Amino acid sequence: MIRPALAEAAGEQCRILANGDAALVVEFGDRIDLTLNERVLALADRIAAAAIPGILETVPTFRSLMISFDPSRIAHRALQRRVLVLLADAEGRPHPGRLWRLPVCYDPDVAPDLADAARHADMPPEIFVSRHCGMIHHVYMLGFLPGQPYLGDLPAELALPRKETPRAKVAAGSVGVASHMTCVFPRATPCGLNIIGRTPATLWDHRRGEAALLAPGDRVAFEQIGFEDFRRLNELAARGEFVLAPSDAAGPMEPGP
Amino acid sequence: MSATLRVLAPGLMTTVQDLGRIGYQRFGIPVGGALDVLSLRAANLLVGNPPDVGGLEIIASGPTLAIEAESVRVAFVGADIGLSVAGEAPIFSFDIRANRSMLLRRGDTLRVGSLKGSSTLYMAVEGGFDIAPVMGSLSTYLRGELGGFRGRSLAAGDALPLKRSWAPERAELALDTADFAPRRRLRALEGPQSDHFSEEERATFFGRDYVVGPGWNRMGMRLVGETVRHSRGYNVTSDGIVRGSIQIPGDGLPIVLLAEHQTTGGYPKIGAVISADLPALGRLGAGSRVAFERVSLEEAEAAGRAHMAFVERLPSRVSPVTAAWSHDLPARLSETNLVSGVIDACAWG
Repeated sequence: MIRPALAEAAGEQCRILANGDAALVVEFGDRIDLTLNERVLALADRIAAAAIPGILETVPTFRSLMISFDPSRIAHRALQRRVLVLLADAEGRPHPGRLWRLPVCYDPDVAPDLADAARHADMPPEIFVSRHCGMIHHVYMLGFLPGQPYLGDLPAELALPRKETPRAKVAAGSVGVASHMTCVFPRATPCGLNIIGRTPATLWDHRRGEAALLAPGDRVAFEQIGFEDFRRLNELAARGEFVLAPSDAAGPMEPGP
Repeated sequence: MSATLRVLAPGLMTTVQDLGRIGYQRFGIPVGGALDVLSLRAANLLVGNPPDVGGLEIIASGPTLAIEAESVRVAFVGADIGLSVAGEAPIFSFDIRANRSMLLRRGDTLRVGSLKGSSTLYMAVEGGFDIAPVMGSLSTYLRGELGGFRGRSLAAGDALPLKRSWAPERAELALDTADFAPRRRLRALEGPQSDHFSEEERATFFGRDYVVGPGWNRMGMRLVGETVRHSRGYNVTSDGIVRGSIQIPGDGLPIVLLAEHQTTGGYPKIGAVISADLPALGRLGAGSRVAFERVSLEEAEAAGRAHMAFVERLPSRVSPVTAAWSHDLPARLSETNLVSGVIDACAWG
């Protein structure tokens, strides 16, 4: 067995593991936890800033950072030493995420599981929606589908299990919840989450410069819109005329007249 | 007049692939690319392309393609195959060979039969396809429906645009691929979740024989054989996956992740196939036998260096074919000793 290298980061132990001969995994823990994810993203930033030759890309996940590299350009142990130095760097700054206000329609026509979810949470659907909209969600990672965010954490009273029988297909833009997570599906997909709404925003478009709208470490506030607004924005989005901008940068949410 | 390869029949799954799409896994996009990058490189070498030019990846059974260009130079590397070319008059149809380049002309119909020996076959065309890269790559990402030819596998009626409308006359090249043959033993490193298995369980897993199950695709393969017992449950918080990762899900039967693997996963990974053996992994398919040999990091690194040197020496294994390819059976038969491997004839008609 290949012994993991142990390191301290922010007073907590982390492990550096071999994932094959062309990737290292820096593991900060084995749970979904905002503070662990922030360490993952801060390390990804420091690695990008260090511009170490031979690193191909980094893959942030809930609780670990995978560093994929070209073994013909940097040896496993040499890279491990570089990473240990970066981990010990107390000057590491938190990852600067962007804030997005993502419009979501919670109308029953596009929210087939909202009533069930609200019943499970023992609250009226309007209250469930206002609680879901009234908080900031953290983008832990993207995965499963191109540009698909895993957002957390829902408070315990909104957390509910996955559906017993997954749906064969949910529409693009569907907003699903299960456990403490919210996911937004960039495209139609089979899905076991409870669908509580739909966004007209295009989360993934490989024709634009930054194909994924959201990035790990971004923050998202869901904003309730009515069905007519949803339809109008959906039509604009289909023509590429509704492109969301982060709300902590300058720029309107919708195109001008 | 535009130059294309017209798809008359697509084969089981034929996609445009190159060496992959690096740098987008953080957005959920797998690296993808050819399952057997070595054979794609070799096919490109035979037609004079750089190694990263996109070619066709053919799985299990091949397509039938009509040449709608003045001429095109192609080469096949990978599985043993039945290949035939029919001229405009079907009576002039001939079996042809893999592991060498050949010049085809307008009106020729190229028919690729069933693959044998390997599950993958690569076809390179001189100059490549006239397809715009998506995120820096021509690889088809099937689940994401992007890249390659319209983000999907080929269908009958497709016209694959060629960069060049004709290929220059020159000596054809053949490649010695004697050691490209699929291997049953693949070397693997332990980890990263080897601590989810006892040493006894790991020791018996490595070296045990498995068979690749029928549910095999570009994402991964399920193995059939003895189950592997977890000592600490089978759920881990999702983390990064590499090509060659060996996951053990709840039922204890290993899943080996391939080129188009999801970027993260939540099953414990007992090991990962080493880089040097990934091309060989890409030649396995449903029914193949496979076993994993546990190696140390130092052994993996040494094997990686040896593999790199092997790839760099590929051009020295290329030699010219003396008789230019023609629709002339006796000339074709006289070349038999120039290429290795047994090629099954595939009757046309």
